[in-house]
Amino acid sequence: MASGVRPRVKAPKSAAAGDVVTLKTLISHPMESGQRKDSNGNTIPRSIINRFTCEFNGTTIIDVTMEPAISTNPYFEFEATIPEAGDLQFTWYDDDGSVYEETKSVAMA
Amino acid sequence: MNFKALTATIALIAAAPVVALAGGADDDTLVLNGEVEMTTKAAAPAHMADTYVDEIISGWHFRADETQALQMDDFENQGMIFVDDGLATWETVEGSEGKSCASCHESPDSMKGVAATYPKWNEDAGELRTVQMQMNDCRVNRMGAAPWKYDAKVAINVEAMIASQSRGMPVDVQIDGPVKAAWEQGKELYYTRTGILELSCASCHEENYGNYIRADHLSQGQINGFPTYRLKNAKLNGVHSRFKGCVRDTRAETYSPGSEEFIALELYVKSRGNGLSVEGPSVRN
Repeated sequence: MASGVRPRVKAPKSAAAGDVVTLKTLISHPMESGQRKDSNGNTIPRSIINRFTCEFNGTTIIDVTMEPAISTNPYFEFEATIPEAGDLQFTWYDDDGSVYEETKSVAMA
Repeated sequence: MNFKALTATIALIAAAPVVALAGGADDDTLVLNGEVEMTTKAAAPAHMADTYVDEIISGWHFRADETQALQMDDFENQGMIFVDDGLATWETVEGSEGKSCASCHESPDSMKGVAATYPKWNEDAGELRTVQMQMNDCRVNRMGAAPWKYDAKVAINVEAMIASQSRGMPVDVQIDGPVKAAWEQGKELYYTRTGILELSCASCHEENYGNYIRADHLSQGQINGFPTYRLKNAKLNGVHSRFKGCVRDTRAETYSPGSEEFIALELYVKSRGNGLSVEGPSVRN
């Protein structure tokens, strides 16, 4: 597992029903592309997060396939309509099988 | 008005927008998280009376709006990722004494003001110390742990965490008394031309700030925003590593991070920013 991976999410704590809210996510990850060589000329193996999803109460908001060209510490910003109170579930899937998760609850304003 | 004068006037008018595009400092305001307004321009400190500079300007003003925006929000500031890492290190027990930084210093709040006043004279040790030297002193003498290599990633992360506690406070390093000799040494280094290109710090950052160096804007080389997250290498960069990079770019053999020369230079350059807010970790390209 890549070391020091820490997901960070910025989401509103409350919203009115039907509000469109902005969600920001950032995860610290080296996103090693698999194209680079180390000082001895050996290929550094690919190690990236290959998928990112966000669900609200089980409904998919976004499902992203990530590729090696995506930079270190990938950042996503997107919008979602919040129909009711519930939990936002953010999930990142690492090449090595690790899964990083973060949950944010949104209350009704 | 003769023809020559008219031409000169036109040239002046034509030149005006060019000057605005030439990489000078802008007039934006740096507000952190919509709350803390930072001092990013200030009158030059008294010791700079004999220089070309009458206003000191944070490097933030020399960056593009997009880069500036990254620093205005802690979430988007990728340097804050490393501050989090530094915080984890702060609480990690290491060494033979079974202590972490937090064992003695407790909350990171206790580090408020540190970044504003270092490098600082340490009376007991009888030497000028940077934040990293002080951290290593704690590690060796209080924690019984191995010292960190100067500007090692872990050391920079903790330094950034310490700097972040002082954000918004004015830089205020002492330049007289016991540190006078080191400060003079730093000033000497600042104005000494080095390398095949025969450039001193002042050649770029005093005489030519606001101009382009290749495709990039030259700032005043202020270090109130260090450690700095650079988009070019996606990590935090220490002051001494930055100095090393600059000296290398003059095509000279450089001093080492942590050397007496760079400690003196850090004090001098920091003192040129006395009055600007501490910004670390800042975001630059």
